[in-house]
Amino acid sequence: MALPQPQKNNCALSEALKDDLAAVMVGSGEMATYDFVFNAIGLRDWCDAAKAGNERPMSMAELLAKSKGQSGVETSWWEFPFPSLDALNKACAAFPQSRDVTVGVEKSFLAIKDSLRFVFDPMTQPLSWALEWALTLFQATPWWIMIPILMAIVYFASKSVRLVFFVAACIAFLAFIDHYDHAIQTLAIIFVCAFLCVVLGVPIGIAMSRSDSMQRLTIPILDMLQTLPPFVYLIPLIFLFSVTEPKLYGIAIILYAIVPVIRLTDLGIRLVDKDVIEAADSFGMTNTQKLFGVQVPLALPNIMAGINQTIMMSLAMVVIASLVSAPGLGVLVLRGIRNLELGVGLISGLGIVLLAIILDRVTKAALDRVNAAQKY
Amino acid sequence: MDKKIKISIHNLYKIFGAEPKAALQHVKNGVGKADLLEQHLHVLGLLDINVDMCEGEITVIMGLSGSGKSTLIRHLNRLIEPTAGEIDVDGEDVLAYDEVRLRQLRRETMSMVFQKFALFPHKTVADNAATLLRVRNVERRDTVAEAHKWLDRVGLHGFGGHYPHQLSGGMQQRVGIARALASNSPIMLMDEAFSALDPLIRTDMQNLLLELQTELNKTIVFITHDLDEALKLADHLVILKDGYIVQQGEPQHILLNPNDPYIEDFVSDINRARVLRVRSIMTPITDGVPADAHGEVDYNDTLESMIAHSGGDTSHSYVVVKDGAPVGVLDMTNLVKALVPRAASGYGPRPDANLREL
Repeated sequence: MALPQPQKNNCALSEALKDDLAAVMVGSGEMATYDFVFNAIGLRDWCDAAKAGNERPMSMAELLAKSKGQSGVETSWWEFPFPSLDALNKACAAFPQSRDVTVGVEKSFLAIKDSLRFVFDPMTQPLSWALEWALTLFQATPWWIMIPILMAIVYFASKSVRLVFFVAACIAFLAFIDHYDHAIQTLAIIFVCAFLCVVLGVPIGIAMSRSDSMQRLTIPILDMLQTLPPFVYLIPLIFLFSVTEPKLYGIAIILYAIVPVIRLTDLGIRLVDKDVIEAADSFGMTNTQKLFGVQVPLALPNIMAGINQTIMMSLAMVVIASLVSAPGLGVLVLRGIRNLELGVGLISGLGIVLLAIILDRVTKAALDRVNAAQKY
Repeated sequence: MDKKIKISIHNLYKIFGAEPKAALQHVKNGVGKADLLEQHLHVLGLLDINVDMCEGEITVIMGLSGSGKSTLIRHLNRLIEPTAGEIDVDGEDVLAYDEVRLRQLRRETMSMVFQKFALFPHKTVADNAATLLRVRNVERRDTVAEAHKWLDRVGLHGFGGHYPHQLSGGMQQRVGIARALASNSPIMLMDEAFSALDPLIRTDMQNLLLELQTELNKTIVFITHDLDEALKLADHLVILKDGYIVQQGEPQHILLNPNDPYIEDFVSDINRARVLRVRSIMTPITDGVPADAHGEVDYNDTLESMIAHSGGDTSHSYVVVKDGAPVGVLDMTNLVKALVPRAASGYGPRPDANLREL
């Protein structure tokens, strides 16, 4: 029921009359509830001029209504519409529709896309190189070198022989069921992304802890990054960069996973005992001495907890990122969904769980070692 | 006074709040602490403090919690900035120092010991003790020997490799003291350094401090809320109440001549025989050594040891000797009189004590 068309229905006179009556009864009908607003403020001419100029496309609701034969719906006050863009547009064609908003956002993004790309493309190029390099290196290294290296890293981080053998068993199992290549690709991506998260996130967290205004500024951004559905990052990134480029998923993973390490660095430094800070001041420490000699070491348990969370979140994101060509176990999960291959999906899911357990246990063991060294 | 004044505080005021300068005018016009808080929403921290601290002496600042003693000690190294006043260290105005000079003061002239120890939990005991040297960018291998020397000195031989949490409270505070001593600074600020320790350990630490002091002769500013501790350590005692100085002077003098009901109430509770010394109650010699004396006693003996010495006989009298030369006569009758405090005031620092009397 786009426009008032009393003559449109060629049925009995009583039908047309009924329509008109209904329209009058609820103040010119549901299609133009807000007519009176524009009439009252004298914009009717402006509205009609626009209507004559360009016929706007019909909305789905209107199409449906039309196909129902425009039965004069009894519109009661119960269904009084909110003055939304669409409702106002019905009353006045010059008013934008809600679809114009999304179209506007899209158009403005496309308009600045080239300049954004001009800035971000070279800036993020090293990320592509790092990811490509790590993927090549991890895959080129034969398994009988890679597994001992991983075991050595685990031992260095956790100093626990039990954990070393647990990790070796998990990787051996993955290799046994021929998921080694995919798992090692996932590991390579996490390795690069988590490393960059720490390199970028810890300084941001330190800056936040030292300035309240910086904290006020950053927290809403962190909240947004954490709650925005991960798929939403991917859409603008696809427009910005080519889908074949690794940095596309690299950026998505880093944006998603960097939040905990920033938050916990900030929190950790702010939680350092005030008495100890006062002591540091009373000994005439410079700000740098205080930061690296006292605050960061004492915040280390919290920073490590943040790193643990960051690694877990990058693992979660690396699966989603397989939608934009990230290699690894996520590809198999995606295949499982797409082709409804139940077994493939479940087994690769199990592989991800094993990787998650490995990464979590190792970082937690490292965290416990730090904690044990400096409890009060 | 023949001693050199090391730290001198003049007309120091501290007001906490949004506009301390404006509130300062009210305080100078005679608005009291309670009124200032109620009418102007500012807290009076310190009110017109004037103290001279002599080189090589222990100045004890005593007061109940909220009396401003911790605020006062933090003004000396400017952990808290004053609202008005002047602080001179070695004749230089500390408040005029810029950041670099202030840092130098904190590194080289003053070191601080804290009530809650404030050790660095992530560093070993030896590294903690070497903190001040490391701050000054002394090479690590040079600091190790120095740190161990001071750890040995405070009775922590062999604990250098431990972490602070592995030590008991008393041992942790020994590390705190070693940390302050290792800086070799002439001034030591001790903020309720022994208050968190249990009584026996506290006595140990007091003895350790006195022992170190006879050897090192530092200028020590010691904060406490415990009068017994204050009387034991102080060369110069400053009693604070609600941010102002009630009385200051030689502790024995304050004990025998309290000038305020608040202090009278304070001193009425302590063991006078243990605190008072012969020199405070003797009669100076005017006309030669009396012939009927029962023996010689030292100038610095406590009355407690005198009572034991005389076997409780109040008819005796003794010649008081300082550095081998007789300086006065002690009559045991005077000693017994001195043990009775002047009548305690009707009101004092603890109103509930007076309620009990009613």
